[in-house]
Amino acid sequence: MSTNTDAIDVVDAGATSLLRFATAGSVDDGKSTLVGRLLHDSKSVLADQLEAVEHASRNRGQEAPDLALLTDGLRAEREQGITIDVAYRYFATPRRRFILADTPGHVQYTRNMVTGASTAELAVVLVDARNGVVEQTRRHAAVAALLRVPHVVLAVNKMDLVDYAEPVFAAIAEEFTTYAASLGVPEITAIPISALAGDNVVSPSANMDWYGGPTVLEHLETVPVVADPADDPGRFPVQYVIRPQTAEHPDYRGYAGQIASGVLRVGDAVTVLPSGRTSTIEAIDALGQAVDVAWAPQSVTVRLTDDIDVSRGDLIAPTATAPGVSQDIEATICHVADRPLTVGQRVLLKHTTRTVKAIVKDIPSRLTLDDLSQHPAPGELVANDIGRIVVRTAEPLALDAYADSRRTGSFLLIDPADGTTLTAGMAGNAFAEAAAEAAPADAADDEGWDF
Amino acid sequence: MTTTAAVTDDLDNPYALSHLDALESEAVHIFREVAGEFERPVILFSGGKDSIVMLHLALKAFAPAAVPFSLLHVDTGHNFPEVLDYRDRTVERHGLRLHVASVQDFIDRGELRERPDGTRNPLQTVPLLDAIDKGRFDAVFGGGRRDEEKARAKERVFSLRDEFGGWDPRRQRPELWQLYNGKHSPGEHVRVFPLSNWTELDVWQYIAREKIELPAIYYAHEREVFARNGMWLSPGEWGGPKDGESLETRQVRYRTVGDMSCTGAVDSDADTIEAVIAEIAASRLTERGATRADDKMSEAAMEDRKREGYF
Repeated sequence: MSTNTDAIDVVDAGATSLLRFATAGSVDDGKSTLVGRLLHDSKSVLADQLEAVEHASRNRGQEAPDLALLTDGLRAEREQGITIDVAYRYFATPRRRFILADTPGHVQYTRNMVTGASTAELAVVLVDARNGVVEQTRRHAAVAALLRVPHVVLAVNKMDLVDYAEPVFAAIAEEFTTYAASLGVPEITAIPISALAGDNVVSPSANMDWYGGPTVLEHLETVPVVADPADDPGRFPVQYVIRPQTAEHPDYRGYAGQIASGVLRVGDAVTVLPSGRTSTIEAIDALGQAVDVAWAPQSVTVRLTDDIDVSRGDLIAPTATAPGVSQDIEATICHVADRPLTVGQRVLLKHTTRTVKAIVKDIPSRLTLDDLSQHPAPGELVANDIGRIVVRTAEPLALDAYADSRRTGSFLLIDPADGTTLTAGMAGNAFAEAAAEAAPADAADDEGWDF
Repeated sequence: MTTTAAVTDDLDNPYALSHLDALESEAVHIFREVAGEFERPVILFSGGKDSIVMLHLALKAFAPAAVPFSLLHVDTGHNFPEVLDYRDRTVERHGLRLHVASVQDFIDRGELRERPDGTRNPLQTVPLLDAIDKGRFDAVFGGGRRDEEKARAKERVFSLRDEFGGWDPRRQRPELWQLYNGKHSPGEHVRVFPLSNWTELDVWQYIAREKIELPAIYYAHEREVFARNGMWLSPGEWGGPKDGESLETRQVRYRTVGDMSCTGAVDSDADTIEAVIAEIAASRLTERGATRADDKMSEAAMEDRKREGYF
């Protein structure tokens, strides 16, 4: 091993930002090739990993290294040549650190993409330039919109197979952008690429002079990841109460948590929910450092001026923008368990740091992602279904609309018998208001959906 | 038709968090979730850099109170003396409680048999599960990172294990948002990986930023070593060097620290944290590929060990 680089620079390189993104598309669209190329061309695949992939590819009779084997690591995946689960990949450039949730295209498709998209700030949707926007593309766009992924990249792949023709790209980009915008996706960037040939993935293409935009990697490196938290209401779910009760800290009582949204300041008048008690922020401890201001997603410890009853599961919020509390929740869900969700089912509902008993009161409709058609009163939702439910909780919850806050508007339904995660829930309406005009005119039944 | 994102310099934003701050906040959140939801958590502590970073994060998460967990070390009996010394000093300094599960004890009692190659890493699983059972631990923190290995890339942050400690990659709970589901039945436990999203480089950059002390063997030093399977191994009672293997003195350091029988040193002159970071940034080999014989056994070596209860 060699050491040559200026040491100080390397340590300072620690001060880069982090982007979490997800990829969606099937093997046929060239997703694994794109991921492999991003990792390979950004020099994130190291020699021993590449050697292992080459070795495994040769054993399967393939001449070229199959970059899909970089991500498909489980025995069953290699035996069956499929991807069975979300894989997380890590790579870095001098500008940014990336966490990639690579979601499989076929098996448990919706569940896995919903999982990957839930923490993503950007989603890359792949289409084959020869096929254009197909049913699966619309499904990908719908999941990204449903999960409120702020940035969507449409990668129009295999441009080499359509002679790098601008009109082909322009038509696909136009159709997709119109559709995704109608679902409320706030920002869409279309990029013509060839993952196989490397056009516009990391380096600009020499074959598409007509395209003046960024490459995929350039876009990933520069897309703004920090929304201004000052615009969001402050939300602080209490995780744990810190009480040292030592000679040094006899009366210390701090509320530990990760700021879920917005900004907290010393001196803020705050309300504790669901009790409704009020106090003022006396101090904020940012992991060993006293600060006057802290913001999402920092983990901090908050102290209040009054000795009031606060425990795990409570929400501390600035009084001016505190949310309401309710025991009745309407939500859009993705069912993720193999056993179905039925009306009348008793479940546990986990919201931020609070877990309460709940009953599924109603399942008004199921949604088909391919065409956004709705099916009223389905009776039950099965694995990978998207639907709308009404839930009554045993205790009041301070829930935001998912559209306003991904972190305080999301919840899980859990089977109380064995702890199985049943359902991923998003409080409020399914798609953004912009979707209002995009609802198919011939939709069977609009009830329960707020397009 | 398309919108192109404005080019911004993230760190100019007053609300920007560096990637280390983001990873630190995420890990602290995970520690606090476990403290809030489990009865008897324990931190696996080997004296390796990942477990040292875990402990550092736990100390920060609960300050000024003490860490509400004890530590568990699975002692293979082939540990580097520098690492054991570090372990004991750390436990002492922070007033922690340490449980030791000893592979040697199991061998002495005839419950485990020494492998022909002398490697004891795979033997850790039985003492680990025994210690979890006896200690009635319901959450076990491990320093595993998803960037280390392909099977680990599909591991959850909260990984449910059955009463045999087994991991079934096809029956994992989907993990959405930052909502970790720690529900488990009696006899089951949850492995928790707060460093899931960290890379080797992140760990080293964080060690530099936080000025965390490490066992000296992580930095370049002169050592008598011998070559086996393309790695530099340290001699010891565990079974090396054998006939035909000759000792030589080299300037080396360790990138990972595990059982002496399967952890190799790398040639290095990186004797400071800055030099180590520069070396890793320039390295063309992964840390496990470069220094772990146990992962070279087969394509699915790690997956197979995890299925049996390994961390």
